[in-house]
This record gives sequence, C-alpha cells and structure tokens, in this order.
Amino acid sequence: MPMVDIAGKTVEVDEEGYLVNLADWNKDVADYLAKEEKVDMSENHWEVVNFLREYYDEYQIAPAIRVLTKAIAKKLGPDKGNNKYLYELFPYGPAKQACKIAGLPKPTGCI
Amino acid sequence: MAAPQFEVPKLSDTAYTDVPKVQEGSMGHIKAFVAGQGPQEFLGYPWQLGDDWKERALDRMGQVLKKYRSVRVFLDACVHCGACTDKCHYFLGTADPNNMPVARQELMRKVYRRYFTLPGKIAPWLVGAEDLTKETLDQWFNYYHQCSECRRCSVYCPYGIDTAEITMAGREILNYVGYGQKYSNEILGKVQKIGNNLGLPGPALEDTLAGLEEDIEMDTGVAVKMPLDVQGAEILFVTPSADFFSEPHVESLIGYAKVFHAAGASWTMSSHASEAGNFGLFNGNYETMRKVAMRIRDAALQLGVKRIIVGECGHAWRVAYAFWNTLTGIGYGGDDPFSVELQKQLDPRYKQPTHICEYTWDLIQKGVLKFDKSKNDHRVVTFHDSCNVARGSRMGDEPGGQFTIPRNVIKSVVNNFHDMAPETIGESTFCCGGGGGVLTDDLMEVRVKGALPRMNAYNAVAQERGVNFLALICAICKAQFTKVVPYYGFDMSQVGGVHQLVSTAILLEQD
Repeated sequence: MPMVDIAGKTVEVDEEGYLVNLADWNKDVADYLAKEEKVDMSENHWEVVNFLREYYDEYQIAPAIRVLTKAIAKKLGPDKGNNKYLYELFPYGPAKQACKIAGLPKPTGCI
Repeated sequence: MAAPQFEVPKLSDTAYTDVPKVQEGSMGHIKAFVAGQGPQEFLGYPWQLGDDWKERALDRMGQVLKKYRSVRVFLDACVHCGACTDKCHYFLGTADPNNMPVARQELMRKVYRRYFTLPGKIAPWLVGAEDLTKETLDQWFNYYHQCSECRRCSVYCPYGIDTAEITMAGREILNYVGYGQKYSNEILGKVQKIGNNLGLPGPALEDTLAGLEEDIEMDTGVAVKMPLDVQGAEILFVTPSADFFSEPHVESLIGYAKVFHAAGASWTMSSHASEAGNFGLFNGNYETMRKVAMRIRDAALQLGVKRIIVGECGHAWRVAYAFWNTLTGIGYGGDDPFSVELQKQLDPRYKQPTHICEYTWDLIQKGVLKFDKSKNDHRVVTFHDSCNVARGSRMGDEPGGQFTIPRNVIKSVVNNFHDMAPETIGESTFCCGGGGGVLTDDLMEVRVKGALPRMNAYNAVAQERGVNFLALICAICKAQFTKVVPYYGFDMSQVGGVHQLVSTAILLEQD
C-alpha cells in the first residue's frame, strides 16, 4: 500500500486513497484528503465529517444516508437535511467521498 | 477518487444501439483492484501469484471441468457462429472485440483445448489451442471483470452456451491462484463476518431502522414498524443491505414496510441474515455461495418463521429461486435433519421463497391494499427488467411471471407507464452495466460504457413519451444507474424502486 507524507507524518492509504489506519486521521490529514478530492472544506463540510466520525466511533460503520441527512438537518437546518445538499458538498456522493475525508473505510456493497 | 477520464459514448437517435466498429484493445487497460491478503485468506485463497500459479490454475480448471459438466459442454460446443457477438452491452458500449462473448470465452477456450483435449495436446496450432501464459491470465482478470454474468448472449446462442458460467469459472480459477478481485472478495468477507455486504453491525442496523420508523410516522402519521429479530414472526424478510443504507434503495424498504403494515402481517428482518445478496454466485464458488445462503436458513430456523420473502435484489432472487433448494434445502429436496425441520416449519400454502413483488401483487389482487395512483402523477414510469430476475428466475405461476408481475404492481400504483423497446426488455433485457461484481469505482469506465444500450432505450421513451422514472427491482441496478445516468444527461432522481412507487401511492389507515 502506498505511503504519503502529510504535515510531517507518514500515513498509509489504499489504492483509492482511503486511510488504512483510522488512528492516522487528524485535521491535516482530512485537509489533504479533501484537496485530493478537490473538495474545498467549509464549516458545513466539517459538520458532516465530524458527524461521520462520531457515528463511526459508536457503531463501527458510516451512518446510512437517512441517518446522516437527519443529523445534518438538526445541526444546519431542515433545508440542508437532504441528499441533494449533501451531493452539493460532496459531489462524488456523501457516502464515499465524505467517508474518505473523515478517514473512514470505504462503504462496500450495492451502493 | 477523482472522476475517471474516458470518453462517454454518445446516445443514438433511436432506442437501439448501433453495432460499433471494432476497436482492438480499447479496454485492454482496464484492471479492477486486486484483492489483498485479508479477504483472500479469509476465503481460503492465496493472495499472491506463487511460482506454481500455472500448475494451480490448470489444476483448478481440471477440477471445475469435472465438477461442472456444463462448463466442459460450453467450452466444447461453440462453433463460432457469431450470433452472440453484438448482444453484449459491454461490447456495444466499448467496441473492444474481447468483449464479444465468443471472444471473451475464447480466452479460456484456447487454454482448455491445449491442456484438456487430445487434438490440442497433439497439434495445438491446428485447433487454436494455446499455452496458458501470464499475459492470458492478466486478460482473464481484465475481461472476466468486464462481464456482468447477465446471460443476454445465452438467449441468442443457438447452443444455449451460458457465458456467465465461463466467467464464473474464470474468476474461480483466478481466486485459486491468488488473483482475486478486491470488491467482491471484501464483500464476501463482510457478509460472512458481520451478516451483510455493507458491514453494518446489528446495533447500527437497529438504530437505522428506528430512525426510519420515526421518519415514516412523521410523514404519514401511521406507526409503521421495521421489526428486527422478532422470535416467532410469521415472515422472515431478507433484502439487500443497501436498502438500509442508500438512496434511492431506502425508499423501497419503506415501501415494503408499508405493504406489510397494510396487510397486517407478522414479519421480521434478521440481524444475522441482514443481506439477501450473495456474491458467491458472481465468483462461481459453490461453497462460498452456500455459506452465505446458510445464514438465511439459520435465521429462518432460529426465528421459527413460516415464510421467507426476498426484497428487491436481482441476483439474490436468482440464488433464492434457483439455488436455495440445493444449497440449503429451504425449498425442497434437502434431506438432512435441518432441512427436514425447516420443511416442517415452513407453511406449504405459500411459495418458498416468495418475491416481494409476488407478495404485493397477491395482496393487490385480493383487494387488501388501497392506493391513490394520482400521488405518482408527477412520474412517467418505465421498468427495467433486471438480468438475473429476467433470465435466471420466475415469479408467480405463469411463464413470464417475472416480467408481468412487477409491471402489474407498477400499473396498480401509477397512471403513466410505458415500456421501453421490446428488444431491450423482458428476456432480451440489457444489463444495467454494473452487475456480477462490476459495481465498483475502479471499473467506472466499464460501467458507464456498458450502460449505453439501456440508456439509448431509456432516452427513446424519455424523448417520445416523457418518461422520467426508471423503476427497478435490484439494489445493484439502483446503485449503478444512480451513478451513471448523469453521464448521459439524466438526473439521478429519475432512478428508483418499484416499492418506492408503491410507497408513494399506498393509503394507510390511521391507527
């Protein structure tokens, strides 16, 4: 697996650039991963990323899209609690792109 | 994960896809990610090519030929008539001649002839027999992951050669030498360790379902339940785990729950068997397929259910309908003590297993469900027959029930329905382009190009009839189309499930 240097730290990523070790994640790493994805991180992006990490801590999986939209609606207002808004933030799809920036494993399956 | 760079094929002016001018090697650069140590070892395969890879490959090929007589017959029977050449969506979309089904099979057939037939052993140059080289092995890995095992070519083959079985055999041999595909094999690990392809653990599933119950009640004012692990429930419902996780899949999950609610059914899902899909089929490994299917049998026995119903998942339904019998004895035929017990337990008045479309259609015919079709009036709907349902299974008691029953359900809940061109639906349906283990980001070029024939047919009804909704009964189709329709200029919200339509129109009585 490739190794990359981020802010003085060497971290391992997989073929698609997902972090191999969750523990390697920090804000610098997230910024680096976001840049790779051409995502310009705003506070709203961080709300999503932070929620993903909290949820993962509790459940060892990224939240289902409905769980995520509901949580974002609570934090950012009902007009933002929908799939469309999440795609605006993460154009390649919130499940995969936001997970990657949050340092979580890529969700698999028929999704 | 930046978007891959390739040219998206142009839509044609008609519903049909012109046969392209051959472009030798145009997809030769494709290579799916190779499975690493973890998933390979879990499945009992090596994870790197050893020095003896060639012996291992031929050894496995010999075993496969013995175990599956069909593979030997298919390898022997082809006369290169060419009837299949322009029937594959991947060939039509990529123009790579190796994606003609006959040529894709030939990658294996030439090796088969060399080592397993007398003329090939004696005079290989006369019969098109060739040594197995690393280059050929790489081509297997490449092109056996540019086949979605959809079996459209088989419909047109005068000998009935099932190309999917060649692809499956190819993948099994590749796995056996340590050259597996990351996407499918990671999933096969997760489903066996955690219970579903996503890796969604029980507590997360419980939390997700509780959230959905809240959503439905907020929307409708009715307390529709999403029961999990209910001992003694009458129905065990298994569905692809994507239904819990993704849009638009979850809309169908809500639809199933509303149907069960309206019917007053006693039903449950299972955290142990929280996956209907079975990627063991894609890999052509009977034992893996059996282990994955066993989880459903175990859950059925443990929960004491009387019926098993399967949600919207194409290959899951093929495995359930065509293989559960012999895999796990859930249908009939198993004579081990567990099968016998299960037979006693299951209610013989119902088809075992039952497809959710059969279940819903039956309730509609009995007048149990009430709908307001006008709630779907913003939609003009067409239906995409999923390959594994269309060509690998049946629904109901009449031939072709797998085509009529989903359409009957749709027509009961929408006012505007138009079929796509006849040569692109029913038994001749084109694959979505993402089936059979191809639904992965590293194969996006294959997926987008392979969707071309379906997109041409869809575009025609969109232009001529104003169709704006592609109704599906497969989690792979849903994920695939959501991702690829934007490449062809359509919005992803045009993609959804049959039970999403049911969910929109169904009338629930207030408690």
